[in-house]
Amino acid sequence: MDEPLIEVRNLIRSFDGRVVLDGINLTVEKGKVTAIMGGSGCGKSTLLRHLIGVMRPDSGEILFKGKDITRFDESEMEDYRKRFGMLFQMGALLHSLTVHDNIALPLREHTKLDEKIIGMMVKMKLELVGLRDFERLKPSQLSGGMQKRVALARALALDPEIVFYDEPTSGLDPVVSGVIDQLIMDLSLRMHITSVVVTHDTRSAFKIADRMVVLFRGKVVADGTPEEIRNSPDLLVQQFIAGSPDGPIPLRQSSRDYLEDLLDME
Amino acid sequence: MSDAATGRRPAGRVVLFLRHLTSMAYFFHETMRWIFVKPFQGKPLRFRAAVGQMEEVGVRSIPIVVLVAFVIGIILVLQTAYQLDKFGAKDHAASLAGVALTREMAPLLTAIVVAGRVSAAFTAQIGTMLVTEEILALQVMAVSPIAYLVVPRFIAMLIMLPCLTILADATGMLGGYVVGTTAVGIRSSLYIKSTLDALLLKDILTGLIKSVVFGGIIAMVGCYMAFVVQGGAEGVGRSTMISVVTSLICIILADCFFTTVFYLFL
Repeated sequence: MDEPLIEVRNLIRSFDGRVVLDGINLTVEKGKVTAIMGGSGCGKSTLLRHLIGVMRPDSGEILFKGKDITRFDESEMEDYRKRFGMLFQMGALLHSLTVHDNIALPLREHTKLDEKIIGMMVKMKLELVGLRDFERLKPSQLSGGMQKRVALARALALDPEIVFYDEPTSGLDPVVSGVIDQLIMDLSLRMHITSVVVTHDTRSAFKIADRMVVLFRGKVVADGTPEEIRNSPDLLVQQFIAGSPDGPIPLRQSSRDYLEDLLDME
Repeated sequence: MSDAATGRRPAGRVVLFLRHLTSMAYFFHETMRWIFVKPFQGKPLRFRAAVGQMEEVGVRSIPIVVLVAFVIGIILVLQTAYQLDKFGAKDHAASLAGVALTREMAPLLTAIVVAGRVSAAFTAQIGTMLVTEEILALQVMAVSPIAYLVVPRFIAMLIMLPCLTILADATGMLGGYVVGTTAVGIRSSLYIKSTLDALLLKDILTGLIKSVVFGGIIAMVGCYMAFVVQGGAEGVGRSTMISVVTSLICIILADCFFTTVFYLFL
């Protein structure tokens, strides 16, 4: 096993007394696809925001190549952010810029390349996601799936070591989801880019992941290869995979007694 | 996160106000740092973006500013002539209107007109970017949203509002001249002479100093209100409204302050 690229140690974060991350431990291996899964509200988005350094934990460490990113100062954080790319759930392309300018933005900001080279690199990145002819369009002229692919091209602009994906397949039809899945796998296989995929789409996760981490209520409940997760004896994990409406994750989320609640009404 | 969702007692109005005040101070401090400190640390100012904004906030505001200033000039001359006629000093309407325009009416009304147009636009644009995660995407790409979005707008306002004020000074006096020499019946040469005699450089300069401050207020309030948007499209609408109202109140308070200072010390 390689040295882990990212190592999360006992990460704790609460918002106004409500614990959202309750001692998370996980590792992300270099060149592999790690899927972080869990239902809505399990803390996976919060975990992702800690990994990209926009939130600071109450305690715990996130080690990137042995350095704790939670203690980075402004310039160290900037260097760290140049080394990863991120694909947002809705793409988060700048709507005032064209596709070309969106992908060129990180290159213009962080390199001193001239416009001709930048133009070539933009074309290369777009070719990677199969959208080379769409450079002059604005994001609003593209479909959701295309926006996500452009956003992926932008995430790859600086040739990152890691790419974080926030729900890459949510809101897409099965075919486009398949395309995105394929892109994630290709990047990992051909370019050895480490991928961290936060998702609740179990079908896609089983397809792409080398390793899966399942979160529930701010804790890691399962961690292993897709095979191990599929055969996990944990009922919680099984319920999540099968998508059964009731089980250890209760169907009803209300904590008060139903009858009492009704009687209390005026 | 809203207080209701976290089950915490909502913070009192005073606390909320003070919290806004501190974050506004921080926001202003960050903007200043990106204008005055960072350019010396190899992060050049975004003049090109600022020029783009100048067109947006300055050039496009010309018609409305010219219209308002022209009409205000007419009103000022008519109202002062009406009063002065009682003392048989109708001819002084010219000088009175000129001084009132340059010292007070042109800077204030230009700022009010532009505040309605520009702070609403700033809040709506940037607020929407916040909601669609574009701001987060910038941050994650190691591009400071303050440097990328706020600084160009701030510089544009600081430069363009005084320019618009000069324009308003001129058109206001033109409006006054038109109505003064026709309806009121002041001789043209007398009108021009008494205006020029009454106007001091000091009058124009104090007006311009005010308009620089107003420009800063409009840009800061407009941008700040965007960064505190909570909860989707509705939140953007609410913030936009608050931003216009806050800009107007701040402008009038600042005007009162500066007028007092100039009256006492200049």
